[in-house]
Amino acid sequence: MRAFVTVIGKDKVGIIAAVCNLLAEKKANVLDISQTILQENFTMIMLVDISACSVSFDEMSRLLSELGSSMELSIRIQREEIFNAMHRI
Amino acid sequence: MINQHEILQTIEMIDQQHLDVRTITMGISLRDCCHSDANTSCTKIYDKICRLAGNLVKTGEQISSEFGIPIVNKRISVTPISMIAESSDAESYVPFAKAMDKAAKEVGVDYIGGFSALVHKGYTVGDRKLINSIPEVLASTDVVCSSVNVGTTRAGINMDAVRDMGLIIRRTAELTNGFGCGKLVIFCNAVEDHPFMAGAFHGVGEPECEINVGVSGPGVVYEALKSCKGQPLDVVAETIKRTAFRITRVGQLVAQEASSRLGVPFGIVDLSLAPTPAIGDSVADILQQIGLTSVGAPGTTAALAMLNDAVKKGGVMASSNVGGLSGAFIPVSEDAGMIAAAKAGKLSIEKLEAMTCVCSVGLDMIAVPGDTSAETLSGIIADEAAIGMVNNKTTAVRIIPAIGKTVGDAIDFGGLFGSAPIMPVNTCSPAEMIARGGRIPAPLHSLKN
Repeated sequence: MRAFVTVIGKDKVGIIAAVCNLLAEKKANVLDISQTILQENFTMIMLVDISACSVSFDEMSRLLSELGSSMELSIRIQREEIFNAMHRI
Repeated sequence: MINQHEILQTIEMIDQQHLDVRTITMGISLRDCCHSDANTSCTKIYDKICRLAGNLVKTGEQISSEFGIPIVNKRISVTPISMIAESSDAESYVPFAKAMDKAAKEVGVDYIGGFSALVHKGYTVGDRKLINSIPEVLASTDVVCSSVNVGTTRAGINMDAVRDMGLIIRRTAELTNGFGCGKLVIFCNAVEDHPFMAGAFHGVGEPECEINVGVSGPGVVYEALKSCKGQPLDVVAETIKRTAFRITRVGQLVAQEASSRLGVPFGIVDLSLAPTPAIGDSVADILQQIGLTSVGAPGTTAALAMLNDAVKKGGVMASSNVGGLSGAFIPVSEDAGMIAAAKAGKLSIEKLEAMTCVCSVGLDMIAVPGDTSAETLSGIIADEAAIGMVNNKTTAVRIIPAIGKTVGDAIDFGGLFGSAPIMPVNTCSPAEMIARGGRIPAPLHSLKN
Protein backbone atom coordinates (compact mmCIF):
# COMPACT_ATOMS: atom_id res chain seq x y z
CA MET A 1 0.00 0.00 0.00
CA ARG A 2 1.39 3.42 -0.94
CA ALA A 3 0.55 6.75 0.59
CA PHE A 4 1.54 10.38 0.37
CA VAL A 5 2.87 12.15 3.45
CA THR A 6 2.51 15.92 3.18
CA VAL A 7 4.24 18.33 5.51
CA ILE A 8 3.26 21.99 5.39
CA GLY A 9 4.30 24.82 7.70
CA LYS A 10 7.03 27.23 8.73
CA ASP A 11 10.56 26.19 7.75
CA LYS A 12 13.00 25.21 10.50
CA VAL A 13 15.99 22.95 11.09
CA GLY A 14 15.37 19.20 11.24
CA ILE A 15 11.94 18.75 9.66
CA ILE A 16 13.03 16.17 7.09
CA ALA A 17 15.16 14.34 9.66
CA ALA A 18 12.32 14.14 12.18
CA VAL A 19 9.75 12.88 9.66
CA CYS A 20 12.17 10.38 8.10
CA ASN A 21 13.18 9.09 11.53
CA LEU A 22 9.59 8.40 12.46
CA LEU A 23 8.89 6.71 9.12
CA ALA A 24 12.03 4.57 9.37
CA GLU A 25 11.27 3.59 12.94
CA LYS A 26 7.85 2.30 11.86
CA LYS A 27 9.27 0.54 8.76
CA ALA A 28 7.66 2.84 6.18
CA ASN A 29 9.83 2.96 3.06
CA VAL A 30 10.30 6.37 1.40
CA LEU A 31 10.00 5.97 -2.40
CA ASP A 32 10.12 9.58 -3.48
CA ILE A 33 10.55 12.94 -1.85
CA SER A 34 10.13 16.53 -3.04
CA GLN A 35 10.54 19.66 -1.03
CA THR A 36 10.09 23.32 -1.77
CA ILE A 37 9.27 26.67 -0.20
CA LEU A 38 5.83 27.71 -1.45
CA GLN A 39 4.49 31.16 -0.50
CA GLU A 40 6.94 31.20 2.45
CA ASN A 41 5.63 27.81 3.57
CA PHE A 42 7.83 24.79 3.84
CA THR A 43 6.14 22.11 1.73
CA MET A 44 7.35 18.53 1.57
CA ILE A 45 5.65 15.66 -0.19
CA MET A 46 6.83 12.09 0.28
CA LEU A 47 5.58 8.97 -1.43
CA VAL A 48 5.92 6.09 1.03
CA ASP A 49 5.34 2.37 0.88
CA ILE A 50 3.59 1.29 4.06
CA SER A 51 3.04 -2.38 3.18
CA ALA A 52 5.60 -3.48 5.78
CA CYS A 53 4.69 -0.79 8.29
CA SER A 54 4.87 -2.01 11.91
CA VAL A 55 1.84 0.01 13.04
CA SER A 56 -1.71 0.41 11.66
CA PHE A 57 -2.59 3.20 9.25
CA ASP A 58 -4.55 5.00 11.96
CA GLU A 59 -1.64 4.81 14.37
CA MET A 60 0.82 6.07 11.73
CA SER A 61 -1.54 8.93 10.95
CA ARG A 62 -1.83 9.81 14.64
CA LEU A 63 1.95 9.69 15.20
CA LEU A 64 2.63 11.93 12.20
CA SER A 65 -0.05 14.36 13.28
CA GLU A 66 1.43 14.50 16.81
CA LEU A 67 4.92 15.07 15.42
CA GLY A 68 3.44 17.87 13.31
CA SER A 69 1.82 19.53 16.31
CA SER A 70 5.07 19.40 18.28
CA MET A 71 6.93 21.16 15.42
CA GLU A 72 4.09 23.56 14.53
CA LEU A 73 3.56 21.85 11.19
CA SER A 74 0.64 20.19 9.50
CA ILE A 75 1.58 16.59 8.69
CA ARG A 76 -0.84 14.16 7.16
CA ILE A 77 -0.79 10.81 5.44
CA GLN A 78 -3.32 9.83 2.78
CA ARG A 79 -3.51 6.76 0.59
CA GLU A 80 -2.32 7.34 -2.96
CA GLU A 81 -5.65 6.32 -4.50
CA ILE A 82 -7.51 9.51 -3.58
CA PHE A 83 -5.09 11.62 -5.64
CA ASN A 84 -5.17 9.22 -8.57
CA ALA A 85 -8.97 9.17 -8.49
CA MET A 86 -9.21 12.92 -8.50
CA HIS A 87 -6.53 13.78 -11.04
CA ARG A 88 -6.17 10.80 -13.41
CA ILE A 89 -8.69 9.15 -15.70
CA MET B 1 2.98 10.19 -11.19
CA ILE B 2 0.86 12.68 -9.32
CA ASN B 3 2.59 16.03 -9.08
CA GLN B 4 2.96 18.42 -6.18
CA HIS B 5 0.37 20.86 -7.48
CA GLU B 6 -2.29 18.14 -7.71
CA ILE B 7 -1.59 16.91 -4.19
CA LEU B 8 -1.76 20.38 -2.71
CA GLN B 9 -4.93 21.12 -4.70
CA THR B 10 -6.63 18.08 -3.20
CA ILE B 11 -5.57 19.05 0.32
CA GLU B 12 -6.80 22.61 -0.20
CA MET B 13 -10.18 21.33 -1.43
CA ILE B 14 -10.58 19.27 1.73
CA ASP B 15 -9.10 21.76 4.21
CA GLN B 16 -10.38 25.08 2.95
CA GLN B 17 -13.19 24.39 0.50
CA HIS B 18 -15.20 21.91 2.59
CA LEU B 19 -14.87 18.99 0.16
CA ASP B 20 -16.38 15.98 1.83
CA VAL B 21 -18.34 12.85 1.19
CA ARG B 22 -21.69 13.85 2.61
CA THR B 23 -22.93 10.37 3.35
CA ILE B 24 -22.42 6.66 3.05
CA THR B 25 -25.89 5.18 3.22
CA MET B 26 -26.53 1.48 3.54
CA GLY B 27 -29.80 0.41 1.95
CA ILE B 28 -31.32 -2.61 3.67
CA SER B 29 -34.30 -4.62 2.49
CA LEU B 30 -36.68 -5.48 5.32
CA ARG B 31 -38.99 -7.55 3.12
CA ASP B 32 -38.17 -10.67 5.13
CA CYS B 33 -39.20 -8.95 8.39
CA CYS B 34 -42.96 -9.10 7.88
CA HIS B 35 -44.90 -11.00 10.54
CA SER B 36 -48.49 -11.22 11.71
CA ASP B 37 -47.29 -10.34 15.21
CA ALA B 38 -46.04 -6.74 15.36
CA ASN B 39 -43.58 -7.40 18.19
CA THR B 40 -41.94 -10.26 16.28
CA SER B 41 -41.71 -8.06 13.20
CA CYS B 42 -40.08 -5.23 15.20
CA THR B 43 -37.54 -7.68 16.66
CA LYS B 44 -36.72 -8.96 13.19
CA ILE B 45 -36.26 -5.38 11.94
CA TYR B 46 -33.97 -4.50 14.85
CA ASP B 47 -31.90 -7.67 14.47
CA LYS B 48 -31.49 -7.35 10.73
CA ILE B 49 -30.38 -3.71 10.83
CA CYS B 50 -27.88 -4.44 13.62
CA ARG B 51 -26.54 -7.49 11.79
CA LEU B 52 -26.01 -5.83 8.39
CA ALA B 53 -24.98 -2.34 9.52
CA GLY B 54 -22.91 -3.31 12.56
CA ASN B 55 -19.62 -2.34 10.88
CA LEU B 56 -20.89 0.57 8.78
CA VAL B 57 -19.77 3.41 11.03
CA LYS B 58 -16.37 1.87 11.85
CA THR B 59 -15.71 1.19 8.16
CA GLY B 60 -16.69 4.74 7.23
CA GLU B 61 -14.31 6.13 9.82
CA GLN B 62 -11.47 3.93 8.61
CA ILE B 63 -11.93 4.99 4.98
CA SER B 64 -12.12 8.62 6.08
CA SER B 65 -8.83 8.30 7.97
CA GLU B 66 -6.94 6.46 5.23
CA PHE B 67 -7.92 8.75 2.39
CA GLY B 68 -7.95 11.90 4.46
CA ILE B 69 -11.46 12.85 3.32
CA PRO B 70 -14.22 13.64 5.82
CA ILE B 71 -17.26 11.36 5.58
CA VAL B 72 -19.82 13.49 7.35
CA ASN B 73 -22.72 11.07 7.80
CA LYS B 74 -23.30 7.35 7.94
CA ARG B 75 -26.92 6.45 7.40
CA ILE B 76 -29.31 3.61 6.77
CA SER B 77 -32.31 3.43 4.48
CA VAL B 78 -34.86 0.64 4.69
CA THR B 79 -37.83 -0.72 2.75
CA PRO B 80 -40.87 1.56 3.16
CA ILE B 81 -42.23 0.46 6.53
CA SER B 82 -45.87 0.52 5.40
CA MET B 83 -45.10 -2.56 3.28
CA ILE B 84 -43.52 -4.41 6.20
CA ALA B 85 -45.84 -3.39 9.01
CA GLU B 86 -49.10 -4.03 7.21
CA SER B 87 -48.70 -7.81 7.56
CA SER B 88 -49.34 -7.27 11.27
CA ASP B 89 -52.59 -6.23 12.88
CA ALA B 90 -50.97 -3.28 14.69
CA GLU B 91 -53.10 -0.12 14.62
CA SER B 92 -50.18 2.24 15.24
CA TYR B 93 -46.80 1.88 13.54
CA VAL B 94 -44.94 3.83 16.20
CA PRO B 95 -43.35 0.61 17.61
CA PHE B 96 -41.83 -0.08 14.18
CA ALA B 97 -40.25 3.38 14.15
CA LYS B 98 -38.96 2.83 17.68
CA ALA B 99 -37.32 -0.43 16.55
CA MET B 100 -35.65 1.50 13.71
CA ASP B 101 -34.56 4.25 16.11
CA LYS B 102 -33.11 1.78 18.59
CA ALA B 103 -31.23 -0.17 15.88
CA ALA B 104 -29.85 3.01 14.33
CA LYS B 105 -28.55 4.18 17.70
CA GLU B 106 -27.11 0.74 18.43
CA VAL B 107 -25.02 0.76 15.23
CA GLY B 108 -24.20 4.46 15.67
CA VAL B 109 -25.54 5.94 12.42
CA ASP B 110 -26.71 9.54 12.17
CA TYR B 111 -30.11 8.89 10.60
CA ILE B 112 -32.32 6.08 9.39
CA GLY B 113 -34.83 6.67 6.61
CA GLY B 114 -37.74 4.59 5.41
CA PHE B 115 -40.67 5.28 7.69
CA SER B 116 -42.34 5.74 4.36
CA ALA B 117 -45.33 4.99 2.19
CA LEU B 118 -45.82 5.17 -1.57
CA VAL B 119 -49.39 6.30 -2.14
CA HIS B 120 -49.26 8.03 -5.53
CA LYS B 121 -52.28 6.09 -6.76
CA GLY B 122 -54.02 5.28 -3.50
CA TYR B 123 -53.78 3.97 0.03
CA THR B 124 -53.49 0.44 1.31
CA VAL B 125 -54.60 -0.22 4.89
CA GLY B 126 -50.96 -0.12 5.98
CA ASP B 127 -50.24 3.15 4.15
CA ARG B 128 -53.04 4.85 6.02
CA LYS B 129 -51.88 3.57 9.40
CA LEU B 130 -48.32 4.63 8.64
CA ILE B 131 -49.31 8.15 7.63
CA ASN B 132 -51.45 8.55 10.73
CA SER B 133 -48.48 7.44 12.86
CA ILE B 134 -46.04 10.00 11.39
CA PRO B 135 -46.58 12.90 13.85
CA GLU B 136 -46.13 10.69 16.91
CA VAL B 137 -43.15 8.92 15.32
CA LEU B 138 -41.35 12.17 14.62
CA ALA B 139 -42.14 13.39 18.12
CA SER B 140 -41.04 10.22 19.92
CA THR B 141 -37.95 9.11 17.98
CA ASP B 142 -34.65 10.91 17.40
CA VAL B 143 -33.08 9.68 14.17
CA VAL B 144 -35.99 8.23 12.18
CA CYS B 145 -36.87 10.04 8.95
CA SER B 146 -40.15 9.74 7.12
CA SER B 147 -41.27 10.26 3.54
CA VAL B 148 -44.46 9.86 1.54
CA ASN B 149 -44.70 9.72 -2.25
CA VAL B 150 -47.93 11.39 -3.36
CA GLY B 151 -47.50 11.53 -7.12
CA THR B 152 -45.69 10.18 -10.16
CA THR B 153 -45.55 11.12 -13.81
CA ARG B 154 -47.20 7.82 -14.72
CA ALA B 155 -49.93 7.79 -12.07
CA GLY B 156 -50.73 11.45 -11.53
CA ILE B 157 -51.17 13.02 -8.09
CA ASN B 158 -53.15 11.51 -5.24
CA MET B 159 -54.90 14.63 -3.98
CA ASP B 160 -56.39 12.80 -0.98
CA ALA B 161 -52.82 12.16 0.14
CA VAL B 162 -51.86 15.77 -0.59
CA ARG B 163 -54.76 16.93 1.62
CA ASP B 164 -53.82 14.49 4.37
CA MET B 165 -50.13 15.43 4.32
CA GLY B 166 -51.00 19.09 4.93
CA LEU B 167 -52.74 17.97 8.11
CA ILE B 168 -49.90 15.59 9.06
CA ILE B 169 -47.31 18.36 8.67
CA ARG B 170 -49.38 20.64 10.89
CA ARG B 171 -49.87 17.96 13.54
CA THR B 172 -46.15 17.13 13.45
CA ALA B 173 -45.27 20.81 13.84
CA GLU B 174 -47.62 21.17 16.81
CA LEU B 175 -46.22 18.06 18.53
CA THR B 176 -42.56 18.92 17.91
CA ASN B 177 -42.57 22.71 17.84
CA GLY B 178 -41.76 22.52 14.14
CA PHE B 179 -38.57 20.51 14.43
CA GLY B 180 -40.09 17.15 13.47
CA CYS B 181 -41.03 18.55 10.05
CA GLY B 182 -37.34 18.68 9.15
CA LYS B 183 -37.45 14.87 9.11
CA LEU B 184 -40.50 14.57 6.83
CA VAL B 185 -40.44 14.77 3.03
CA ILE B 186 -43.39 14.69 0.63
CA PHE B 187 -42.28 13.46 -2.80
CA CYS B 188 -43.46 13.32 -6.36
CA ASN B 189 -41.50 10.75 -8.42
CA ALA B 190 -39.54 9.56 -5.39
CA VAL B 191 -36.34 7.70 -6.28
CA GLU B 192 -35.62 4.37 -4.66
CA ASP B 193 -31.87 4.51 -4.17
CA HIS B 194 -30.81 7.96 -3.02
CA PRO B 195 -28.67 8.30 0.09
CA PHE B 196 -29.81 11.71 1.36
CA MET B 197 -32.05 12.43 4.31
CA ALA B 198 -34.76 12.96 5.17
CA GLY B 199 -36.12 11.28 2.04
CA ALA B 200 -34.03 8.12 1.71
CA PHE B 201 -35.75 4.74 1.58
CA HIS B 202 -34.73 1.40 0.10
CA GLY B 203 -37.01 0.74 -2.86
CA VAL B 204 -38.60 -2.62 -3.57
CA GLY B 205 -36.56 -3.06 -6.75
CA GLU B 206 -33.29 -2.70 -4.87
CA PRO B 207 -31.10 -5.64 -3.76
CA GLU B 208 -30.97 -7.18 -0.29
CA CYS B 209 -28.37 -4.68 0.84
CA GLU B 210 -26.28 -2.02 -0.94
CA ILE B 211 -24.05 0.98 -0.43
CA ASN B 212 -25.04 4.36 -1.86
CA VAL B 213 -22.83 7.41 -1.55
CA GLY B 214 -23.70 11.10 -1.71
CA VAL B 215 -20.94 13.56 -2.57
CA SER B 216 -20.88 17.24 -1.82
CA GLY B 217 -18.63 20.16 -2.65
CA PRO B 218 -20.31 23.53 -3.34
CA GLY B 219 -17.23 25.23 -1.85
CA VAL B 220 -14.95 23.57 -4.40
CA VAL B 221 -17.12 24.69 -7.32
CA TYR B 222 -17.26 28.20 -5.88
CA GLU B 223 -13.46 28.42 -5.64
CA ALA B 224 -13.00 27.02 -9.15
CA LEU B 225 -15.34 29.67 -10.58
CA LYS B 226 -13.19 32.46 -9.14
CA SER B 227 -10.72 31.65 -11.92
CA CYS B 228 -13.18 32.43 -14.71
CA LYS B 229 -14.43 35.87 -13.78
CA GLY B 230 -15.89 37.72 -16.79
CA GLN B 231 -15.63 34.65 -19.05
CA PRO B 232 -18.61 33.49 -21.16
CA LEU B 233 -21.06 31.09 -19.54
CA ASP B 234 -19.89 28.11 -21.58
CA VAL B 235 -16.49 28.51 -19.91
CA VAL B 236 -18.27 28.59 -16.55
CA ALA B 237 -20.17 25.41 -17.43
CA GLU B 238 -16.96 23.68 -18.51
CA THR B 239 -15.23 24.66 -15.25
CA ILE B 240 -18.14 23.28 -13.21
CA LYS B 241 -18.02 20.03 -15.20
CA ARG B 242 -14.31 19.53 -14.54
CA THR B 243 -14.76 20.25 -10.85
CA ALA B 244 -17.78 17.97 -10.53
CA PHE B 245 -15.75 15.22 -12.16
CA ARG B 246 -13.08 15.44 -9.45
CA ILE B 247 -15.60 15.60 -6.62
CA THR B 248 -17.49 12.59 -7.95
CA ARG B 249 -14.35 10.52 -8.43
CA VAL B 250 -13.75 10.80 -4.70
CA GLY B 251 -17.32 9.61 -4.08
CA GLN B 252 -16.81 6.68 -6.44
CA LEU B 253 -13.57 5.72 -4.68
CA VAL B 254 -15.21 5.86 -1.25
CA ALA B 255 -18.23 3.90 -2.48
CA GLN B 256 -16.08 1.14 -3.95
CA GLU B 257 -13.94 0.90 -0.82
CA ALA B 258 -16.96 0.79 1.47
CA SER B 259 -18.64 -1.78 -0.73
CA SER B 260 -15.64 -4.12 -0.80
CA ARG B 261 -14.83 -3.78 2.91
CA LEU B 262 -18.41 -4.38 3.98
CA GLY B 263 -18.98 -7.13 1.43
CA VAL B 264 -22.09 -5.33 0.19
CA PRO B 265 -22.75 -4.40 -3.48
CA PHE B 266 -22.11 -0.82 -4.59
CA GLY B 267 -25.39 0.84 -5.58
CA ILE B 268 -24.97 4.38 -6.84
CA VAL B 269 -23.14 7.65 -6.40
CA ASP B 270 -25.54 10.56 -6.03
CA LEU B 271 -24.09 13.57 -7.85
CA SER B 272 -25.48 16.19 -5.58
CA LEU B 273 -24.10 19.56 -4.62
CA ALA B 274 -25.28 19.49 -1.02
CA PRO B 275 -24.61 22.69 0.91
CA THR B 276 -24.09 23.06 4.66
CA PRO B 277 -24.66 26.15 6.78
CA ALA B 278 -20.84 26.64 6.95
CA ILE B 279 -19.56 29.78 5.26
CA GLY B 280 -18.06 28.83 1.88
CA ASP B 281 -20.17 25.69 1.43
CA SER B 282 -23.14 27.29 -0.29
CA VAL B 283 -24.95 26.72 -3.58
CA ALA B 284 -26.26 30.30 -3.38
CA ASP B 285 -22.66 31.54 -3.30
CA ILE B 286 -21.96 29.69 -6.56
CA LEU B 287 -24.91 31.43 -8.23
CA GLN B 288 -23.63 34.74 -6.91
CA GLN B 289 -20.14 33.94 -8.17
CA ILE B 290 -21.66 33.40 -11.62
CA GLY B 291 -22.81 37.00 -11.48
CA LEU B 292 -25.98 37.59 -9.47
CA THR B 293 -25.92 40.13 -6.65
CA SER B 294 -28.15 37.78 -4.68
CA VAL B 295 -29.76 34.43 -5.20
CA GLY B 296 -33.37 35.22 -6.13
CA ALA B 297 -32.41 37.89 -8.67
CA PRO B 298 -33.75 37.54 -12.23
CA GLY B 299 -31.37 35.06 -13.89
CA THR B 300 -31.25 32.78 -10.86
CA THR B 301 -33.22 29.98 -12.51
CA ALA B 302 -31.04 30.09 -15.64
CA ALA B 303 -27.81 30.04 -13.64
CA LEU B 304 -29.09 27.16 -11.53
CA ALA B 305 -30.19 25.20 -14.61
CA MET B 306 -26.69 25.48 -16.03
CA LEU B 307 -25.05 24.57 -12.71
CA ASN B 308 -27.28 21.53 -12.27
CA ASP B 309 -26.68 20.26 -15.78
CA ALA B 310 -22.91 20.80 -15.64
CA VAL B 311 -22.67 18.93 -12.32
CA LYS B 312 -24.40 15.94 -13.93
CA LYS B 313 -22.29 16.05 -17.09
CA GLY B 314 -19.06 16.14 -15.11
CA GLY B 315 -20.18 13.62 -12.53
CA VAL B 316 -21.67 11.04 -14.80
CA MET B 317 -18.30 10.24 -16.38
CA ALA B 318 -16.65 9.90 -13.00
CA SER B 319 -18.79 7.10 -11.67
CA SER B 320 -19.76 3.68 -12.98
CA ASN B 321 -23.25 3.96 -11.48
CA VAL B 322 -24.95 7.28 -11.06
CA GLY B 323 -28.39 7.53 -9.53
CA GLY B 324 -30.38 8.95 -6.66
CA LEU B 325 -31.40 12.57 -6.83
CA SER B 326 -28.29 13.84 -8.63
CA GLY B 327 -28.50 17.61 -8.82
CA ALA B 328 -27.88 20.76 -6.84
CA PHE B 329 -29.83 21.01 -3.59
CA ILE B 330 -31.32 24.31 -2.50
CA PRO B 331 -32.36 23.79 1.13
CA VAL B 332 -32.88 27.23 2.59
CA SER B 333 -31.89 26.56 6.21
CA GLU B 334 -28.82 24.55 5.25
CA ASP B 335 -27.20 27.14 3.00
CA ALA B 336 -25.69 30.36 4.38
CA GLY B 337 -26.29 32.24 1.10
CA MET B 338 -29.93 31.16 0.91
CA ILE B 339 -30.49 32.12 4.54
CA ALA B 340 -29.06 35.59 3.92
CA ALA B 341 -31.16 36.13 0.78
CA ALA B 342 -34.38 34.91 2.48
CA LYS B 343 -33.71 37.11 5.51
CA ALA B 344 -33.21 40.16 3.31
CA GLY B 345 -36.45 39.45 1.43
CA LYS B 346 -34.55 38.83 -1.81
CA LEU B 347 -35.69 35.23 -2.16
CA SER B 348 -39.36 34.24 -2.10
CA ILE B 349 -41.05 30.85 -1.94
CA GLU B 350 -42.38 31.50 -5.45
CA LYS B 351 -38.85 32.03 -6.81
CA LEU B 352 -37.68 28.90 -5.00
CA GLU B 353 -40.54 27.05 -6.66
CA ALA B 354 -39.33 28.21 -10.08
CA MET B 355 -35.80 27.10 -9.19
CA THR B 356 -37.02 23.61 -8.33
CA CYS B 357 -38.16 23.20 -11.96
CA VAL B 358 -34.52 22.98 -13.02
CA CYS B 359 -32.71 21.36 -10.12
CA SER B 360 -32.89 18.74 -7.44
CA VAL B 361 -35.04 18.48 -5.39
CA GLY B 362 -37.79 20.79 -4.26
CA LEU B 363 -38.93 23.25 -1.63
CA ASP B 364 -36.50 22.13 1.00
CA MET B 365 -36.14 23.19 4.64
CA ILE B 366 -38.37 26.20 4.29
CA ALA B 367 -39.85 27.68 7.46
CA VAL B 368 -43.26 29.33 7.19
CA PRO B 369 -45.38 31.18 9.77
CA GLY B 370 -46.76 28.97 12.54
CA ASP B 371 -50.34 29.81 11.65
CA THR B 372 -50.05 28.56 8.05
CA SER B 373 -53.13 26.40 7.48
CA ALA B 374 -53.07 22.72 6.52
CA GLU B 375 -54.84 23.63 3.26
CA THR B 376 -52.14 26.12 2.34
CA LEU B 377 -49.45 23.52 3.09
CA SER B 378 -51.37 21.07 0.88
CA GLY B 379 -51.57 23.70 -1.86
CA ILE B 380 -47.79 24.15 -1.74
CA ILE B 381 -47.30 20.36 -1.87
CA ALA B 382 -49.70 20.09 -4.84
CA ASP B 383 -47.85 22.81 -6.79
CA GLU B 384 -44.50 21.18 -6.22
CA ALA B 385 -45.83 17.70 -7.05
CA ALA B 386 -47.33 19.10 -10.28
CA ILE B 387 -43.90 20.44 -11.32
CA GLY B 388 -42.41 16.99 -10.76
CA MET B 389 -45.24 15.16 -12.46
CA VAL B 390 -45.29 17.28 -15.61
CA ASN B 391 -41.52 17.60 -15.96
CA ASN B 392 -40.81 13.94 -15.27
CA LYS B 393 -38.48 14.72 -12.39
CA THR B 394 -38.33 14.25 -8.66
CA THR B 395 -39.70 17.08 -6.58
CA ALA B 396 -40.23 17.25 -2.86
CA VAL B 397 -41.50 19.44 -0.07
CA ARG B 398 -39.90 19.68 3.35
CA ILE B 399 -41.64 22.60 4.96
CA ILE B 400 -41.71 23.68 8.59
CA PRO B 401 -44.58 25.62 10.13
CA ALA B 402 -42.68 27.37 12.94
CA ILE B 403 -45.23 27.26 15.74
CA GLY B 404 -45.61 30.60 17.52
CA LYS B 405 -43.41 32.41 15.03
CA THR B 406 -44.01 34.70 12.11
CA VAL B 407 -42.20 36.51 9.29
CA GLY B 408 -39.09 38.21 10.67
CA ASP B 409 -38.40 35.43 13.19
CA ALA B 410 -36.11 32.46 12.63
CA ILE B 411 -36.09 28.84 13.69
CA ASP B 412 -32.77 27.21 14.62
CA PHE B 413 -32.44 23.46 14.00
CA GLY B 414 -28.76 23.14 14.86
CA GLY B 415 -26.06 21.10 13.09
CA LEU B 416 -26.39 20.35 9.39
CA PHE B 417 -30.06 21.41 9.42
CA GLY B 418 -29.02 25.01 10.08
CA SER B 419 -31.43 27.82 10.83
CA ALA B 420 -34.28 29.15 8.72
CA PRO B 421 -35.80 32.62 8.55
CA ILE B 422 -39.61 32.43 8.48
CA MET B 423 -40.67 33.18 4.90
CA PRO B 424 -43.96 34.83 3.96
CA VAL B 425 -46.62 32.64 2.34
CA ASN B 426 -49.34 33.82 -0.06
CA THR B 427 -52.41 34.04 2.16
CA CYS B 428 -55.10 33.38 -0.48
CA SER B 429 -56.75 30.10 0.46
CA PRO B 430 -56.78 26.95 -1.73
CA ALA B 431 -59.13 25.28 0.81
CA GLU B 432 -61.97 24.51 -1.59
CA MET B 433 -59.70 22.87 -4.14
CA ILE B 434 -57.84 20.85 -1.49
CA ALA B 435 -61.14 19.67 0.08
CA ARG B 436 -62.12 18.09 -3.25
CA GLY B 437 -59.50 15.34 -2.92
CA GLY B 438 -59.49 12.69 -5.66
CA ARG B 439 -56.72 12.45 -8.21
CA ILE B 440 -55.04 14.67 -10.74
CA PRO B 441 -54.76 12.36 -13.77
CA ALA B 442 -51.36 11.50 -15.23
CA PRO B 443 -50.24 14.03 -17.84
CA LEU B 444 -49.96 13.49 -21.57
CA HIS B 445 -46.45 12.63 -22.76
CA SER B 446 -46.73 14.00 -26.24
CA LEU B 447 -47.73 17.44 -27.54
CA LYS B 448 -45.03 18.86 -25.27
CA ASN B 449 -45.14 22.60 -24.87
